[in-house]
Amino acid sequence: MPDALTAAYALRLGDDALILSHRLSEWVGHGPELEEDIALANTALDLLGQARLLLACAGAREGRGRDEDALAYGRDVLDFSNLLLVEQPNGDFAQTMVRQFLFDAYAVELWPRLSASRDEVLAGIAGKAAKEAAYHVEQSAAWVVRMGDGTEESHDRAQAGLDLLWPYAGEIFEADGVEAALAEEGIAVAPSGLRGPWRARVEAVLDEAGLAPPEGAGVRTGGRQGRHSEHLGHLLAEFQFMQRAYPGAEW
Amino acid sequence: MRSGSRRGRPRRPNSARRAKRVSDSDRRGENERDWPLFEVFIRARTGLHHRHCGSLHAADPEMALARARDVYTRRGEGTSIWVVASEHIFASDPADKDMLFEPAMSKIYRHPSFYDLPDDVENM
Repeated sequence: MPDALTAAYALRLGDDALILSHRLSEWVGHGPELEEDIALANTALDLLGQARLLLACAGAREGRGRDEDALAYGRDVLDFSNLLLVEQPNGDFAQTMVRQFLFDAYAVELWPRLSASRDEVLAGIAGKAAKEAAYHVEQSAAWVVRMGDGTEESHDRAQAGLDLLWPYAGEIFEADGVEAALAEEGIAVAPSGLRGPWRARVEAVLDEAGLAPPEGAGVRTGGRQGRHSEHLGHLLAEFQFMQRAYPGAEW
Repeated sequence: MRSGSRRGRPRRPNSARRAKRVSDSDRRGENERDWPLFEVFIRARTGLHHRHCGSLHAADPEMALARARDVYTRRGEGTSIWVVASEHIFASDPADKDMLFEPAMSKIYRHPSFYDLPDDVENM
């Protein structure tokens, strides 16, 4: 039975995972050390696995015959509903790790709560993702501390990344009718309730790292409604190229 | 909620704690210096012992442990990981192999080959 609300919710979470996975995959072959290169790819693959399950769920609930591939490769910028944070460019390694930490600190709060969802499919996906997110946030937090509390240059780069990305963090906790209605039914997690624990974890790590959020920074939103930064189109151009040029190609 | 990144971190064996101090002194050196090498030991199943499976570079034991997880347990190989700074391994000299190992070759009576192992005994 089509369920537009759950489809939209799964699509939002799936798009977050998909776009962030692609961003991390851009590091493959360019990591600062071979071991970090592999670690980044591992995280990208965890996120890709989450994205596949969530997009498949979204397609099934939508009831229009679109599978995970159709949703990943067959939509344009305006149809993507990911957070603006995850589509921001990698920048340097510090910027990538700050972006990852801001997201992981959210994911590690989201998934355990969503694993208690009344929707069994979402609960199952969330249970798997919770274990992955617990590892991701330990690693990205460790890097934020290592760089923030490292050399002058690593500190400056981490702080620059934080200054750049902080305005995108507020969007994580925005909710519209989709989350509100589903949270009411015990299916979704209300993002607003994650702000407190997210903030506590982020502040503790930034404090240990000697980093500080920029003061008076605004909040940039719009991703959930398809209003994206200019970066997503470029990302999709590369991500979707093969399926655009050779529709239905498999190997 | 889990508070901070330190909780739940495995207890380090003494050798790894010593390695931490070594890598700290390394980090005070020039930035371009390569990260030190660590040897990685993985236990595949409960009841087996840890086996050496390779090495990697990391800035300190914490990072070495995480990267060992990422590099060497991608296909479900492990239930436990040890990392040891490679410089803490004191190895035999290949030139000494005749002196060290040759005398054992002729002592066949030391091999437990004169009785049958039951089929049920695995991992002998």
